[in-house]
Amino acid sequence: MASFDVIILGGGPAGYVCAIRAAQLGLSTAVVEKDKLGGVCVNIGCIPTKALLHSASSINLIAHQAKDLGIEVGPMTTDYGVAMKRSRRVSEQNSKGVEFLMKKNKVTVIKGTGTLLPGRKVKVGADTHDAKKAVVIATGSRVKGIPQIGLDINKTTVISSDEALFLEAAPKSMVVVGAGAVGCEFADIFNAFGTKVTLVEALPRILPIEDAECSDTLAKVFKKRGIDVLAGAKVLKAAVGKDSVTLDVEAGGEKKSITADKVLMAAGRAVNTEHMGFKEAGVQLTDRGFVKVNFSTLETTAPGVYCIGDVAGPPMLAHKGSREGVVLAELIAGHKPHPIRYDNIPSVTYCHPEVASIGLTEEQCKEKKLDYQVGRFPFSANGRARASNETDGFVKIIRDKKYGEILGAHIVGGHASEMIHELAVARENEYTVEEIDLAVHAHPTLSEAIAEAALDSMGRVIHT
Amino acid sequence: MASKVLMEALSPTMEEGRLVEWKKNEGDPVRPGDVIAEVETDKAVMELVARAEGVLLKQLVPAGSTVAVTKLVGVIGQPGEDISALLGGAPAPKATNAPTAPLPRGPAASAPLPPSPPAPPPTASGGRTKASPLARKVARERGLDLGAVAGSGPEGRIVLRDLDKSATAPAATGTAPATAAGSYQDVPLSQIRKTIARRLAQSIGPVPTFYLTTEVDMDRTWEAREALNQAGQRGSGAETKISFNDIVMKATAAALKAHPACNAWWQDDRIRYWNEVHLSVAVAVEDGLITPVVRHADRKSLREISAEVKELAGRARERRLKPEEYTGGTFSISNLGMFDIDQFTAIINPPEAGILAVGSIVEQAVVKQGAVVPGRRLRLTMSCDHRVIDGATGAAFLRTLKGMLENPLAIVY
Repeated sequence: MASFDVIILGGGPAGYVCAIRAAQLGLSTAVVEKDKLGGVCVNIGCIPTKALLHSASSINLIAHQAKDLGIEVGPMTTDYGVAMKRSRRVSEQNSKGVEFLMKKNKVTVIKGTGTLLPGRKVKVGADTHDAKKAVVIATGSRVKGIPQIGLDINKTTVISSDEALFLEAAPKSMVVVGAGAVGCEFADIFNAFGTKVTLVEALPRILPIEDAECSDTLAKVFKKRGIDVLAGAKVLKAAVGKDSVTLDVEAGGEKKSITADKVLMAAGRAVNTEHMGFKEAGVQLTDRGFVKVNFSTLETTAPGVYCIGDVAGPPMLAHKGSREGVVLAELIAGHKPHPIRYDNIPSVTYCHPEVASIGLTEEQCKEKKLDYQVGRFPFSANGRARASNETDGFVKIIRDKKYGEILGAHIVGGHASEMIHELAVARENEYTVEEIDLAVHAHPTLSEAIAEAALDSMGRVIHT
Repeated sequence: MASKVLMEALSPTMEEGRLVEWKKNEGDPVRPGDVIAEVETDKAVMELVARAEGVLLKQLVPAGSTVAVTKLVGVIGQPGEDISALLGGAPAPKATNAPTAPLPRGPAASAPLPPSPPAPPPTASGGRTKASPLARKVARERGLDLGAVAGSGPEGRIVLRDLDKSATAPAATGTAPATAAGSYQDVPLSQIRKTIARRLAQSIGPVPTFYLTTEVDMDRTWEAREALNQAGQRGSGAETKISFNDIVMKATAAALKAHPACNAWWQDDRIRYWNEVHLSVAVAVEDGLITPVVRHADRKSLREISAEVKELAGRARERRLKPEEYTGGTFSISNLGMFDIDQFTAIINPPEAGILAVGSIVEQAVVKQGAVVPGRRLRLTMSCDHRVIDGATGAAFLRTLKGMLENPLAIVY
């Protein structure tokens, strides 16, 4: 039996970041991980999908623009298997990087599945470990199917991202069920590798939690690229065969039947709360199945047991979990960290064009009856975007009418994921649209579109 | 890394403070927010709190010393840390009320330095107030003084939620009472008001004051108070006795509500007419006087006013009022009735434009319906800032107030 100040269940982006920060603050720390360090994010999530999306965008660039750019490539072939293997190497490097960071910070990594015992103890295999200050639940989430309509994940014809990331070849046809960030990213990837992709979303538009203008723009680009987008679509029945699946889908009052080699389930995730002794240790769950957490202390209903990351509740994003990890480590060490602003966490979908946002959508501003003003700037009017053939998309800034507070910002465009942080910093520091404009933006850059959108919200746009 | 403990400006007007008592000894561990010393400002005894974590390595001035704002009084750091580099700026205390206190050690104690120049107000002490652009815009719009708001952002930066806090719950927070939008109207000066202001100020001084006196028949108020207090005693017994001053305050607040022209601040280029009535009430304390403010007096019951004045006056005598509790009044009342003063004139407390001087209630022969009978009379004298209040304006207010006290039901009418 070993004793630590802090024992963390789960070595994903919430858990391992919490461990590093705790170790930096002088706490003896252990991470319990049954699989590879880095969790879903590094191994079967954020990182490998970005590697595959890089392949996808390169394919699209060569296929659609090479000639125009002065590149003669001859007939082009693609190989998903090769791209997949590259994505595995990238994940592997990242996971090794986390291992290195654990060593560097003298964090003990315990291999295995941890079970929480009452009184801040954790059992791994035959060993019981004692946490003097805190046990941290950072057990994350996993993919899930929809068994109610016959779409249980069978890992052959009905698959999740877990299997899609290891396919040796792109299927001929695929239905992606769920058009959130994961669904849109995989639709983009497989479309580039020549798969006939149908994207099915139950809610009225794809990327349903983003601003409607973003959803519409992305849907238009996807359709132009040959992805069949069915929004507001209900899957009535699924007939799962050995080599294909047939879905009966109703959309806009019309019924249709779609047969595909594979169905990729990308509708929601389940959190990992089972078989780890949570209930017995006094850790309660919410109605929606997340661990019940007091968000000012990140403590669960069991004293001395804390919870961070996906399992603590939405938004289920790696960067949200990591921040919770840092803040929790500081709380445990007796510091007074700056509280997390859950309303200021950027959301990004990395398909092409990328969609990134922060704050409220225009729909939410309307619901809240806020007095707001929208500023927009299309990339088609931006010199840098034209020069690099990335004219799809726009920057949209929603500001409070009276004071200019940035209520929300939404970007669709080639590098939206990198651009959103100007607005994240602005919002975190309560800069208004005026401060955005006052900062000189380099020319020519895509970021000029942010300054122009800020100006447009004040009725002073220059370049449209 | 050791950090300095400086004398802070604990009230808006504070230029120096007397360190009354050290609450932490050298070597005691301290954390941000811990009270390390008590400091007597120009108005009250306040707490000086730690801004850093570690141990109090050094007390650079003895208890009883008077130290200018922004001067070094102590050092917080890690045990054994070399702090000699920080000690260059230690102050020499000026003549103190506690001459027996030991002299501070260290180079600064070698010779008395000339008195430090007065420190600027806290808004300017660090060169600027740290506040987000959004907070600045909202504060400008609402007329809030950012210097009086406690920031909750990184390094005490003022962010939007700090303004919301102070705007919704002025008394509950450690910040100065903020004023919500709509609590007053600023009216730019008309030419005639400018001329009146300039000519009168030339004639009599910076606050051209005139005085209006009226005599009030207090018979019915007397009866009403007797009845109220008897009813109170028959009740739980916990009721406080209502004083005449409480009744005069209640009536004044009601009369000001009817005469907003007298519930105003002179603001140099404009006059601020308040929609809220915050009554300053003069309380004698040892060595002087202080005016705690009963906020929203027009909205409070007689009993609430009575209890609040008693509580504020008690703490005023102990010098335990917070700055926000004795600033921000819109009109003042001074009562010397208990000293058997029949009538006097009080001096205006700027930027307020009026103050009411309340004498004692005198039993005397009065003529009622052609007959000489005994009656109780009270003399009220209002000092008016002529730049804001003209003779007729002040007289109309006094007539309303007199009417209310002669017929107390009119207060609640």
